[in-house]
Amino acid sequence: MSRGVLGTDKRGTLELGAEKKVGWDEVPQGVVLHSFEGEIGNTAHIRPEEREYSQFNSYIASVASWRVIKPVYNRDICIDCQNCWVWCPDTSIISRDKQMLGIDYDHCKGCGVCVEVCPTNPKSLLMFTEATENDEALAGWPEKKKKAKKK
Amino acid sequence: MAKKFELNEMEVWDGNYAASQALRQAQVDVVAAYPITPSTPIVEGYGAFQANGYVDGEFVMVESEHAAMSGCVGAAAAGGRVATATSSQGFALMTEVLYQASGMRLPIVLTVVNRALASPLNVRGDHSDMYLGRDSGWIYLDAFNPQEAYDLTLCAFRIGEDLSVRLPVMVHQDGFTTSHKAQNVRPLQDEVAYKFVGDYVPVDDMLDFSRPVTHGAQTEEDWHYEHKAKQHKALMDSRERIDAVFADFKELTGREYKRVEAYMMEDAEVAMVALGSTVETARLAAKQLREEEGLKVGVISPRVFRPFPFDLIRDAIDMSSNLKAVVCMDRSSPGGAMGALFNEISASAYGTKNRPIITNYIYGLGGRDFSIDEAKRIMREQKAHADAGYITTEIQQFSGVRGPKLGFFKTRRN
Repeated sequence: MSRGVLGTDKRGTLELGAEKKVGWDEVPQGVVLHSFEGEIGNTAHIRPEEREYSQFNSYIASVASWRVIKPVYNRDICIDCQNCWVWCPDTSIISRDKQMLGIDYDHCKGCGVCVEVCPTNPKSLLMFTEATENDEALAGWPEKKKKAKKK
Repeated sequence: MAKKFELNEMEVWDGNYAASQALRQAQVDVVAAYPITPSTPIVEGYGAFQANGYVDGEFVMVESEHAAMSGCVGAAAAGGRVATATSSQGFALMTEVLYQASGMRLPIVLTVVNRALASPLNVRGDHSDMYLGRDSGWIYLDAFNPQEAYDLTLCAFRIGEDLSVRLPVMVHQDGFTTSHKAQNVRPLQDEVAYKFVGDYVPVDDMLDFSRPVTHGAQTEEDWHYEHKAKQHKALMDSRERIDAVFADFKELTGREYKRVEAYMMEDAEVAMVALGSTVETARLAAKQLREEEGLKVGVISPRVFRPFPFDLIRDAIDMSSNLKAVVCMDRSSPGGAMGALFNEISASAYGTKNRPIITNYIYGLGGRDFSIDEAKRIMREQKAHADAGYITTEIQQFSGVRGPKLGFFKTRRN
């Protein structure tokens, strides 16, 4: 889904276990995994989708097959505060120029931290079971909660 | 720039000081260490050299031996020349990380001063700690005296850091017998020693920011096996590089080391196999028995215990056309088995022409003295086996233990 978000992005394109299996004579010495193909300079200034990640970098792999609940994102309510982007422990909130674009379902583990830190009313992110379609989730989004009147 | 340390052609050093001088001369970048008897003076010595400007390095004080080896793994992965020292319980605590270091192919040098493992608690020398790590994937060099502790520590850096090897190396010496007994040692001058060791060449170092790298990855059933196979091959193939480093060292110093030291094996009828300082005791005993009783005794000592010199042990056993009986001396409580040296020597000997009778002695546990007279008694006993054509005693016996005679298993006859 995130592939759609960032166009040519290679994020999550390789299923876990689908990498080429080589023999003992070809595996890297010391089980080292290089993050990128060849050399890279000034990594922090290159957007992830523009980096030449190696096939053994988890960025390329889809590593969320065992997630059981997922966050669904509602663009209509979101105020682009970036709280979820800051707090996500798996860098699975995709945001560009301080605008929230969506969730990287290939790396999100379903921890729910993004929902917890979302300040809007109703929340712009809610957890649903993995089997729930996103459209279905958005159709049944809760209304704004009114403050309880003091008696 | 580190200051030059004035050294005489001949110094009087114990094994610990000899090892610490070798660490200084190799200009080790990082020593992460936790003190334990009897190896403490090695890292204490390095610390003093570092504090006084004789080495450009970092001394990292940590809270345990597990942390010491972990610090070494981190520093080696970062791209530095790294070493530390330990013994006994400290070695046991390090064991988990020893496997990490070898699997990650980090050429750390560990100087081990061999000491018994508790319980009962004991600070004296035996080979329990040496045996504990024997499957950890490290190269094992064994020094029999302080000169060798110095020489082999210098060789350890060259061997481990060789780009076709890239494996951690231990240099073992016996607790107290070697580590605390001062003997004549001929050191190399600083520049000669450093030139022999050479500059450290980093591989996949974490401090190379142009090539970010992950160390210590997890692998499951689809990858783990290939990595372990590659690691084992590197360890087996290191034999050739070890021989080459020993050859270079001989050219530089005139001192010759071999992966298996065969002493008077050319015409031996019986032989003793031993490790550590016991080798010198056994050699003296063999020499005396030849002079006094005409008994043709030889001594076989695996200088390199890992990779196990299966090939050269076979050669040593077949060196004499007349070898009939071999005794393997294990200085470690065997924990319900035959001694490790017995098992491995027997496996090598199975494929020899001589196929000698092989027996096992457990001896010297917790620093119990092993005398020349006792070595001679055991050698004479081997001659009795050779004359009888079968093992006349139990196959595994205990030497020098008080109480009724202790032994296990007999030859099956008829």
